[in-house]
Amino acid sequence: MSTVSLNRRSFIAATIAGGAALTFEARLTLARAAAGTGEPALLGAFIHIAPDNTFIIEAKNPEIGQGIKTMLPMLIAEELDVSWSQIRIRQADTNEKLYGMQIAGGSWATPFNWMPARQAGAGARQMLVLAAEKLWGVPAASLTTEAGEVIHKASGRRATYASLAPEAVKIAAPDLEKVPLKSPETFRIIGKSQPGVDTPAIVRGAPLFGIDTRLPGMVYAAMVKCPVQGGTIRQFSDALVRQQRGISAVVPVNSGEVPAGKHDAVLIVADSWWRANKVREKLTVEWDSAAQAGFSTAGYAKQAAALLGSAPQSSLFKAGNADAALARAAKTITADYAYPILSHATLEPQNCTALMHADGKLEIWAPSQWPAEGIKDVARVMSIAPEAITVHLTRIGGGFGRRLMNDYMVMVAQAAKAMPGRPVQLIFDRTDDMRNDYYRPGGWHRLIAGIDASGAMIALKDHFITFGAGGKPIRAAEMNAHEFPGPVIADVDYGMSFIATNLATGWLRAPTSNAMAFVFQGFLAEVAAAAGLDLPELMRRTLGGPKMLPRAEEGEPEFSTARARGVIDAVCKFASWTGKPSTVKGKGRGFGFYFSHRGYFAEVVDVTVADGAVKVDKVWVAGDIGAQVINPLNAEHQMQGAAIDGIAQALVWQPIVQEAGAVAQENFLDFPMMRIEMAPEDVAITWVKTDNPPTGLGEPALPPVIPAIANAIHDATGKRLRTLPLQMS
Amino acid sequence: MPITLTVNRTPRTIETDADKPLLWVLREELALVGTKFGCGAGLCGACTVLLDGEAVRACQTPIADAAGKAIVTIEDVASLPVGKKVVAAWTALDVPQCGYCQAGQIMSATALLSRTPKPSADDITAGMSGNICRCATYLRIRKAILEAAGEAA
Repeated sequence: MSTVSLNRRSFIAATIAGGAALTFEARLTLARAAAGTGEPALLGAFIHIAPDNTFIIEAKNPEIGQGIKTMLPMLIAEELDVSWSQIRIRQADTNEKLYGMQIAGGSWATPFNWMPARQAGAGARQMLVLAAEKLWGVPAASLTTEAGEVIHKASGRRATYASLAPEAVKIAAPDLEKVPLKSPETFRIIGKSQPGVDTPAIVRGAPLFGIDTRLPGMVYAAMVKCPVQGGTIRQFSDALVRQQRGISAVVPVNSGEVPAGKHDAVLIVADSWWRANKVREKLTVEWDSAAQAGFSTAGYAKQAAALLGSAPQSSLFKAGNADAALARAAKTITADYAYPILSHATLEPQNCTALMHADGKLEIWAPSQWPAEGIKDVARVMSIAPEAITVHLTRIGGGFGRRLMNDYMVMVAQAAKAMPGRPVQLIFDRTDDMRNDYYRPGGWHRLIAGIDASGAMIALKDHFITFGAGGKPIRAAEMNAHEFPGPVIADVDYGMSFIATNLATGWLRAPTSNAMAFVFQGFLAEVAAAAGLDLPELMRRTLGGPKMLPRAEEGEPEFSTARARGVIDAVCKFASWTGKPSTVKGKGRGFGFYFSHRGYFAEVVDVTVADGAVKVDKVWVAGDIGAQVINPLNAEHQMQGAAIDGIAQALVWQPIVQEAGAVAQENFLDFPMMRIEMAPEDVAITWVKTDNPPTGLGEPALPPVIPAIANAIHDATGKRLRTLPLQMS
Repeated sequence: MPITLTVNRTPRTIETDADKPLLWVLREELALVGTKFGCGAGLCGACTVLLDGEAVRACQTPIADAAGKAIVTIEDVASLPVGKKVVAAWTALDVPQCGYCQAGQIMSATALLSRTPKPSADDITAGMSGNICRCATYLRIRKAILEAAGEAA
């Protein structure tokens, strides 16, 4: 092994194994501290060079369809200077000590890995080049690399990376912070479209997903969960279940969402999931859910209406004196906006497979977006050491934030403990999945804006009614104190009031932004109309000259008004936006802008409204995610997916309905999904490239499409819709 | 009761419950996990297979109803001339995002193109409306069907 100074934050080590395979292990400081630790996080990158000069690169993050299993290895391969066709990609297991953060969330992977992943590849390349320098006695500066070979042009000498392995391990490890990186115009992989690495396996139906896990002797578990979230089991009788054929166990479990010592679900384990699921009705359970039975959709709406008319319970952001400014405004605009509780509805139902070994080690196969959190949850609920738990990452049949939570992992681990030596696979049926989500919280806003005689916004108030506990918003129910346009208005007052719920809440793709974009860009369109402007023009005037506005939270970048204007101008040009009202009955055009997850997006949509039905015909997207689009083919995918997901939230998805504490929805009949007939003809994309490091694409294109649709419906019909989903009657 | 059927060109005799859906026979007893469980109610299309050439929902097909029939699943769809074209177009256009629904999409597209070799936009909508893609790859699905039909723009 080459020398490694552990004092250095970023280093690379080379090792050689049997058969002369060379392995590089790079450890790099990440730009952002790991959540909650206060310590700089490290990224580990692994590159294996086989004797036949083929390469294995480990993909460390969970793949949910965002293309990360392809994209992160592209960064390493680029700087290592190998051909994409020479590479095989291997999914890493969960090990944050080795790999750093392994999370599919926050559109974080691109900004946090862009430099470290490239430095890892460049460090390995440098060691191979220095090995050739030593062997050939020529200066490193005279050597080039390409397709996994070091080349000395002057003499025509070439050597494969594999052949240089014995020498490369003797090279002193370079400081990765100082290793030179390629200049972007010489990129051969970055910026070139690469199809998904799993696409060939997907189209032939190969086992890839969590639910496809098959282990010798495996049994299956179906779940009977308390119909009211937060409720627990008082007592249950499994006598009839145990009489059925093929049943191997009935195990009461704690999902991690109820107090220790209590159970809120029973897992029925059988030789077939179909059989286990079928006999659920034979289980008798008496639930203790009196404390949760009072929560309902109707109750929330009633409380929200009452709270909107009262003073906010807490202040979120205040500047100047909004009431005084409103009193002197030439015009005031008041409107109430609302959006519902939503489910994630991933197409692969929640599932997980676990095996408790005889030595007490727990092995888990999980479609999880945040597996390290799952290990913590399992360790906490089962009182076992996190070190005793191994989590293998499977491909994931849709995440959208649902799988940032790990309840399925916690529950199946308890069944595995009850039957050591037997792998157990838990599968939620669709109704389980819909009724046991970590829901996107609903919210209500009362907004009041004032404009002066020139049409400029001079005052803004928002009273945000959200789900909370202890005087604070619960998970994913918060609002950015610096929500635009607050920071650029002199007199602002954002306040909040809270409603209690028993529902577990969580992050849905572009969390909080997916709701706030609709509220604020919809309302600003109303302000623009009162000022005699269109929304892009009001935005330009309100943004003003180039400046940086406060960050949404610590660790996130500031909001650049120049970049916002850049995408607003770009989409207006791209879509030939005139700002003139529609002259064709039932046809309308709308605009929306939003900055979230480090990406600036402005979008225009065309809609047709006929017989009370709204159809989005086309979406134009202008996005600024920095200087580089890493994988254009996948970027297009993410833009189309995000835009159409936004259309679903605006027009297709129905509110989750709660009665007597329980969610009423059962399946895709009462929680309808976006289908092909509702997809627009096209999602056209233009990139605004700015001199900024590249950022992620899983989320930021979603939020603006929702207000753009509301604004287009107004253009088409004169009707202003302020509640999601947008319905004409 | 033993049930005999042909799965992916191979005759199989299965000893199982007559009411067990074909989906779970494929996944649990024949180790063919490419056919996916999505909703269990015939609403999402993730479990679509071909039964004597017709697209059916395997989650709604009791195994007894498949007795004597020929089943084709995603694992062998490329053995059909139309299926081969569909799989090639899906690969060329890199249709999948998460990929979970794509087996069902490919089976429905194969059934559509087998009965309507040159589909119109409306034919595509009608043929594919039963298949949900939660990632919303619909634009590439439309393109891939046209490409498989030899109608690519």
